[in-house]
Amino acid sequence: MTSNPGGTWPHAPGFIVGDRPKIVTSRFEYEDSYTLQRYLATDGYAGLRAALGRPATDVHDEVKNATVLGRGGAGFPAGNKWGLTPQGVWPRYLVVNGDESEPGTYKDRLLMERDPHQLIEGCLIACYAAGLSQCFLYIRGEMALAQERVATALNEAYAAGYVGKNILGSKFSVDIVLHWGAGAYVVGEETALIESLEGNRGMPRLKPPYFPAAIGLYGQPTIVNNVETLANLPWLLLNGAVAYTAIGTATSPGTRMVAVSGHVQRPGVYEIINGITTFRDLLYGEEFCQGIRNGNELKAFVPGGGSAPWFTPDQLDLPFEASQVGPAGSMLGSGAIMVMDSTTDIPRAALTLTRFYAHESCGKCTPCREGGTWLERILSRVVDGKGTDADLDQLMEVGESICPGAFPHASNEKLGIAAVPFPYRMNTICFVGPSAYAPVHSALTLFRDEFEARITKRVLIPVTAVS
Amino acid sequence: MARLTEENVRLAREIIGRYPKARSATIPLLHLAQEQDGYVTNDAMAHIGELVGATSAEVYGTASFYEMFKFEPVGKYLINICGTMSCALMGAEELMHHAESRLGIHMGGTTPDGLFTLEKAECQAACTEAPCLQVNYRYRFRVTSENFDTLIDQLQAGELNSEIPAHGTVAAVRQHIPADRGVGAVAPEDVTEGPAWLDGKAAL
Repeated sequence: MTSNPGGTWPHAPGFIVGDRPKIVTSRFEYEDSYTLQRYLATDGYAGLRAALGRPATDVHDEVKNATVLGRGGAGFPAGNKWGLTPQGVWPRYLVVNGDESEPGTYKDRLLMERDPHQLIEGCLIACYAAGLSQCFLYIRGEMALAQERVATALNEAYAAGYVGKNILGSKFSVDIVLHWGAGAYVVGEETALIESLEGNRGMPRLKPPYFPAAIGLYGQPTIVNNVETLANLPWLLLNGAVAYTAIGTATSPGTRMVAVSGHVQRPGVYEIINGITTFRDLLYGEEFCQGIRNGNELKAFVPGGGSAPWFTPDQLDLPFEASQVGPAGSMLGSGAIMVMDSTTDIPRAALTLTRFYAHESCGKCTPCREGGTWLERILSRVVDGKGTDADLDQLMEVGESICPGAFPHASNEKLGIAAVPFPYRMNTICFVGPSAYAPVHSALTLFRDEFEARITKRVLIPVTAVS
Repeated sequence: MARLTEENVRLAREIIGRYPKARSATIPLLHLAQEQDGYVTNDAMAHIGELVGATSAEVYGTASFYEMFKFEPVGKYLINICGTMSCALMGAEELMHHAESRLGIHMGGTTPDGLFTLEKAECQAACTEAPCLQVNYRYRFRVTSENFDTLIDQLQAGELNSEIPAHGTVAAVRQHIPADRGVGAVAPEDVTEGPAWLDGKAAL
């Protein structure tokens, strides 16, 4: 198969190829991209071979020098994360976070389904560099095909000597254990993932310690990395940090995968150049989404997964660069943009997200368990036209009990409001609670008139009037 | 009835053997039990507890946290329709209404013939292909009322049997680590030294 810029591949539904540098999607064009045979024919396991030809600390330095940003949501550089493990404490583990379930996000699923060997190779490089002696690859429970592809790839890789004892005949030995979840969004939070992997309810752990790198699985130093982050490593080790940082910007090098869904002409998952691609490029560019559906106007968009505060057309020219998106009032999160056109019923759209987070609360922190449910119920009755005047203030008040102080939001020229920068303060252990509030807060701040129009105006009858 | 079969106990021990601590196998074994019976029975949970060293209450405590585990029989085909933002923006509510009327059940219900259970699901990570649904965790993308009806017809006629296993089986492929290739799991307390390859030299 040859290059097909701007085209789609029937065997990879959702993915749209482009004439841009490809770090993690280079094999997507092949229908058999998930097989060992195809992988080996396209530089497969060459990055691992290059890594094993150097001391582990060298490999770690290469990853540090490349500033491979974590692709799970927080954007913490992987090389630095690996360095947070305490000296002399053994064993250390690698846990791969393939529990992708942030609303709007899907790239890890494609990477696991389309190129499982690339992920396996990335895991091996990470284990080698950071001295991690066992790897647990945690895939979301609902992703049957991804589980099957990774299981098959692991079986092939074990048989061929790429995983397990004395890899490629060297002194490097590591097992990769495929583990799969059973349906719980909160397990995507790294400490909840570890709890789940220990056989418990997937509830986030109290912090500190802030990083499982200090105390993680079985109380041991544990690195939790996202699938896409690890999938970058084979290319990086083969081509070097200099080639990697030549793509994108100094603070956001390389590429990243972004899913754009909702009301665009051509929704899809794209591998974009990090740091320089703007939201306008993505939503309107010919090689990307080609504008809003039916020629409609853009009303708002969620820039970084369901948890992110919303943007409006005012923010279209921001690039995929955390240092600019944060001060503008939101986050890049997990690479997911959800687009709403002028026909969108904003309160109802916000409800679909708030309902998600209320539903997914694990129940450990009261502000999230109670607050998320309150937000959902109050918003539901407002959407149904049964709200009262007090409800809109009540929504903000409940939100304040989850996230005290000013909640981040975008600026808006028409409304004459300035941005409140990301991040927020929170009264919960993890981000599920604040995420239930984010859509409510954004929608109410930017489109309050739509909520007010839903409120049934009722005349209050004083109790004394009944006599 | 409904403890794990001999064959599944063998599989269970193989799975347990991959983890430094047996309790870590709880969720994989619950999947195994659900694959065997279509749902997770009390006897299976007690049996899993024996295998991993936990009480049946602890196993239930874990199991009940996760949405995929069912504690009573569901239809042969569990249809999960996504209702989160991207799917909602693209007509998921209409699809749900259509599905309810076509199958004559509400969300959460099972058809009297035991063939279909309908559920409203949260984001299934196929947001650009909205609205989407899963049948026993196999995707269907950009679902319209018409192709929902076709899907139901095909499932009823048994035309998708080879592609979609009965409820309980998620991945139809399992990992197997050959005895001569695996490093083997070691309890963390038995590890005192760093890995051999951290000796400052290249491994190859």
